Amino acid sequence: MSVTAAVETVDLSVTSLRELNQRLHDAGRDDRGPRHWRVLHPNGAHALACGLDAEVEVELEGHVGYYCAGMNERATVRVRGNAGTGVAENMMSGLVVVDGSASQSAGATAHGGLLVVKGDVSARCGISLKGADVVVHGSIGHMGAFMAQSGRLVVCGDAGEALGDSIYEARLYVAGEVASLGADCVEKEIGAEHLEELQQLLERAEVEGVDATSFRRYGSARQLYSFRIDNAY
Amino acid sequence: MCGIVGLFAKSAAVEARLGGHVSAMLVQLSDRGPDSAGMALYRDPVPEGSCKLTLYSPDPNEDWAAVAGALAESLGPTDEPQVRATHACLVVEAEASEAVAWVGHVMPRLRVMSAGRSLELYKEVGRPEAFVEQFSLEDVEGSHALGHTRMATESRVTTEASHPFSTGLDLCLVHNGSLSNHNRLRRRLRREGIPFQTDNDTEVAAGYLVWRLREGATLEQALQGCLEDLDGFYTFAVGTADGFAVLRDPIACKPAVLAETDDWVAMASEYRAIAVLPGADEARVWEPSPGVVYAWERVAA
Repeated sequence: MSVTAAVETVDLSVTSLRELNQRLHDAGRDDRGPRHWRVLHPNGAHALACGLDAEVEVELEGHVGYYCAGMNERATVRVRGNAGTGVAENMMSGLVVVDGSASQSAGATAHGGLLVVKGDVSARCGISLKGADVVVHGSIGHMGAFMAQSGRLVVCGDAGEALGDSIYEARLYVAGEVASLGADCVEKEIGAEHLEELQQLLERAEVEGVDATSFRRYGSARQLYSFRIDNAY
Repeated sequence: MCGIVGLFAKSAAVEARLGGHVSAMLVQLSDRGPDSAGMALYRDPVPEGSCKLTLYSPDPNEDWAAVAGALAESLGPTDEPQVRATHACLVVEAEASEAVAWVGHVMPRLRVMSAGRSLELYKEVGRPEAFVEQFSLEDVEGSHALGHTRMATESRVTTEASHPFSTGLDLCLVHNGSLSNHNRLRRRLRREGIPFQTDNDTEVAAGYLVWRLREGATLEQALQGCLEDLDGFYTFAVGTADGFAVLRDPIACKPAVLAETDDWVAMASEYRAIAVLPGADEARVWEPSPGVVYAWERVAA
């Protein structure tokens, strides 16, 4: 039996944010609610589509405020506008796509899943990244990937000052200029396996017209205090 | 926290509804600053030789007509006071510096919130929703305005320590953040003859700008100087008779969003304050880069 996928539309100029988030959570709880949601008039509200844990797709038709799609698991969240501070913060899995630009701390502490920003991201993009992938079509601001532990950050444009400061094992790929590298962050060789993972990430993030071979890779020199065995407890 | 907003009208329609637009923006940022709120409006410039004062009285039953009468007797013809809650705006045929000095000597119970030729400045403790209503700012027209919602950190919740701060003619400042070297800088500026009314950090930043401007700097140069001389974190919006400017410190912990259409330029701590403006959906929206001065000025016709 074929069923036309219905789209559940919620207008935030009528429905409260709390009610929307509750309905999205309920949809995940019994896996029988609508699979596809469309949210009108987000108007920069905070905590939109936060804490989802279901294979649903949520389209937000406008600019969103802080912590949109935070703690996301399994869901696909698309922002048809710009995102405020901390989009996809602590994401565990799933996909978050921002059509516009994102403010600071995008993808902070994210453990898994993919965050795609089609515009630019400001300061502290991927701070303390813990395993997720972040692909930025444009440029990022200062202190990108600060203390990033694992996961990958791909920047098709430029990176601001102090990229990868105090980085652990995350892999950073930048196609444009890097204003400066942070403490203990160094450029590294690109091997076949790096090109392959980069190519896959660019495809998944729908990046066009940027050649994987134009990127440089950066990572930890492993020289800071915590990397010395003498300092281990 | 704290929230700041600014609006610069580029069309007559936005000028006519300036107070209403900025009031709506302030209310959106109520949760960022529930302690107090304020608005600085640039409107109705008075002719050369006259000045406009905004005065605050801690006495809710202040006899503003008597204040205007005393001003008229001592300095020159004074218009009927425009009273808004605890504040009154007076237009006097006198030099601003003379009028400010007169208030200080003759009526020290009153605080001069602003002085100049077009600036009016209103601020009070309490939630932004209540402020906007008490001061009837909905129907006020003007060319540009700044607003602030405060969550106090560096000094007490009082009317005087609310924002905006004005320490120079037609100059005002709103601030999101906190400064850590304000005590030392205040001492230095006092030696340079800059007066301070409170122990608030933002007032020091406003005084610093006045001092730099007095020494011949342009507004842009004065703001560039902040990057060298102020220690702390901040997003500033500065209003002058001709327009406003925005600056974020280089670390940029404090948020700011800018937006522009054919009808207006707006700045706010968060986009949701801009979303209430007409045509916001179609506006160009961007985040100002750290350590860069953004300025809009009215070009003389």
